[in-house]
Amino acid sequence: MLEIRNVSRRFGDFQALNEVSLQVQAGEFFTLLGPSGCGKTTLLRSIAGFDTPDSGDILLDGKSLIALPPEKRPVHTVFQSYALFPHMTVADNIAFPLRLSGVGKTEIERRVHEVLDDVRLPDKARHYPEELSGGQRQRIAIARALVNRPRLLLLDEPLSALDAKLREQMQIELINLQKEVGITFVYVTHDQGEALALSHRIAVMNKGEVSQIDEPSQLYSSPKNRFVADFIGQCNLIEGKVVSSGTATTRIAIEGLGELSVQSNPAIDFTPGDDCALTLRPEKIRLAKNVAPTSDEVHFPGTVHDMLYLGDVTVYIIEVNRDGTPVLIEALLANSAPGRARLLDTGDAVEICWPHDAGHLVR
Amino acid sequence: MSRFQEKGARFLLTLPPAAYLLLFFLLPGLMMLLASFRFPGDYGGLAPWYYLEEGSLTFDLTLENWARLFESTLYLQLLLKSLLFALLTTAVCALLAYPLALTIAASPKRHRELLILLVILPFWSNFLVRIYAWMIIFSPQGALTEGLNQITALLGLEPVNLMFSSVAVITCLVYVHLPFMVLPLYANLEKHDPALLDAAQDLGASRAQRFWKVTWPLSLPGLYAGAVLVFIPTLGIFAIPDLLGGTNGIMIGNVIKQQFVESRDWPFGSVLSLVLTGITLLLVVIAGRLGRTPGALT
Repeated sequence: MLEIRNVSRRFGDFQALNEVSLQVQAGEFFTLLGPSGCGKTTLLRSIAGFDTPDSGDILLDGKSLIALPPEKRPVHTVFQSYALFPHMTVADNIAFPLRLSGVGKTEIERRVHEVLDDVRLPDKARHYPEELSGGQRQRIAIARALVNRPRLLLLDEPLSALDAKLREQMQIELINLQKEVGITFVYVTHDQGEALALSHRIAVMNKGEVSQIDEPSQLYSSPKNRFVADFIGQCNLIEGKVVSSGTATTRIAIEGLGELSVQSNPAIDFTPGDDCALTLRPEKIRLAKNVAPTSDEVHFPGTVHDMLYLGDVTVYIIEVNRDGTPVLIEALLANSAPGRARLLDTGDAVEICWPHDAGHLVR
Repeated sequence: MSRFQEKGARFLLTLPPAAYLLLFFLLPGLMMLLASFRFPGDYGGLAPWYYLEEGSLTFDLTLENWARLFESTLYLQLLLKSLLFALLTTAVCALLAYPLALTIAASPKRHRELLILLVILPFWSNFLVRIYAWMIIFSPQGALTEGLNQITALLGLEPVNLMFSSVAVITCLVYVHLPFMVLPLYANLEKHDPALLDAAQDLGASRAQRFWKVTWPLSLPGLYAGAVLVFIPTLGIFAIPDLLGGTNGIMIGNVIKQQFVESRDWPFGSVLSLVLTGITLLLVVIAGRLGRTPGALT
C-alpha cells in the first residue's frame, strides 16, 4: 500500500536516510522507532511531502508521491505540537480540510460531529484550543487529520507531550480508534514501550538505516543485531567469540564466564573465531540464593553488585567473577509476594541460571 | 498571603501607574477641559475664570469656544481631512510594512536582528533633519521633480510640483511612521508557530489559503497595534505639514499649534485638542475591541 523504495536523504555532512526501503500494508498500524537522529522524522516528513528525498521513491497504492506537494497528497499528519489553529474553534479546526475540499455545509456539520464522537469529545465543538487540556487537544488534532478520510495518517510523536498516565490511556484509545476507522497509521516514536504497545509492525531505525522490521513480539524475542536488542527493552549484551557452530546449538567463549552452549541463530552463519554477542533478557534469568539448575540450564555463582527497587520488580545487577574478569549481568525478581522486595541485599552471594535457549545470538 | 494582604499588594502595585495617569493625563486633560470654557487672556494665555470681589464669587466662563467649532465648516473639514490623511498614511504603511515584516520574520534568525536594526536606523538621525532631507528631494530643482517633469513633458502634460503638496506630506508621514507599523507586525509574525502553516498545507491549503486562513487572522492584533501607533501621531502632527505641506497640506495639528502659538487663543486651541483626543480615544477603543480575537497572539 505504502512503499518506500531506496530512499536516501543527506543534510550537508549528515546522512539522514540511507537507502531505506519498507512496505506498509493497508490498515496496518506501522511504527518507525529509533533514537533521535535516526531518520524516522525525516522519513515521515518525506511521506507527508515536507521533505524531498535525494533519491528513491515513495509510492502510495502504486503511484509515486514524490512530485506532489504536501497539500496534494492524500496523507494527513498529526503534529507533535498538535498545531491546532488557535484562532478557530474546535469545530472550525476540524472543518478546515473539509472546507478546503469544498464539502457542503450540512455534510461538514455531520462529519465534524461524527469525528468528535469518534474521539469522544462531542461537547467541545464550540471551544477554542486554548480552553482544552493537552489530551483533549491531542484528540482534536487526530480528529482534524482523520475527518477528510486520508489514505494514510502520519503521527509524529503525538503522545510525547502528555504525562505518563494520560499517555497510556491515549495509547489504548489510539489502538481502538485505528481499528474503528481502518485507516493505515504510520507512527513515529523514540519510545520503545509505546511502539511495542501500539504497533502491528515496527521498523527499528538507526543512523538512517532500517535495522529490523518485525512484529513487536518478534522484535523483542529475536532481535537481529545488538542495536535492536539494546534499544528494545532491557537486555544483557554479553560479548564473546564463537568456538564451534552447529545447526541447533553454538558454543561460545565468554571472557569471565568460560565456554557455554547457546541456541543457534538460523539467520546468521557463524564460523569459529567470529565475534558475537549473547542477548539475554533479564526476565529469562533465574535468580536465588540456591538455584537447582536443570540439565538444560547454564548456571553461575555470583554476588549482588547493585539493586534497583522499582515497585513491581527489583532489578539486581549480579557480578559473576570466575577467572578475575568480572561480568555484570542484570536479572529481575518480581515483587509479587510479601517480603520479596528485600529478599537479597548488596553483597549477598547468589546463583543465577538460564536455559540454553534463553539467549539469542547476534553478530 | 492572606486575602487582605493580597488586596493590599495589588493596590500598591497599581498605585504608580495610576498616579502617573492621574498626573500626566487626567489632570492636564481636566485643565484643558476647563480652558476650553475660558476666555483668552489679553496678551495670550488665559483670562481668570473666577473673580472674588467683595466676598462674592463670580465665574467667567463661556461656551463660545465650542460654538466656534461649528460656526464654519472649516475646522470640521480640516478635521475630516486630517483623519483622511492619517487613514491613508496608516493604510500605505500597512501595505508597505506587511510584506517587509513577513520577509524579516521568515528570514534566518541570524539575519533578523540586522534587518530590524535597518528598520529603526532612521531614528538615529534627528526627525527635523530627515524632513529637511525630504524637502531637498521634493524641491523643484531636485532630481525627482526634474525627472518626473521630463516624463510629463514627453507625454505633453503640465509639469508637476511635488513640494508643498498633499503628496509630499503623506509620503513623508509614511516614511516617518513606517517603523511603528513594521515593529509590532514583526513582533506578532515572528511568534507564529511554523507548524501551523505545515498543518494547513498538510490538510490541503494552497499557499494563498495558508496566508489568508492562518497567517492573516493571527497577525491582525499586530496590525491593529501598528495601526494605532501610526494613526495617532499622524492625526496630530504639525511639523511635517508645516514644512512640506504649504497651504494645501495643512492638517488639524497645524491649526491647534497656530491657536496656541500665533493666534494666542488657548481656549479654542483647547477645544480643538479635546476633539482630537476624543476621536483618538474612540478609535483606540475600537481597535482594542477588534484586536481581541480569541487565541490570537498579541
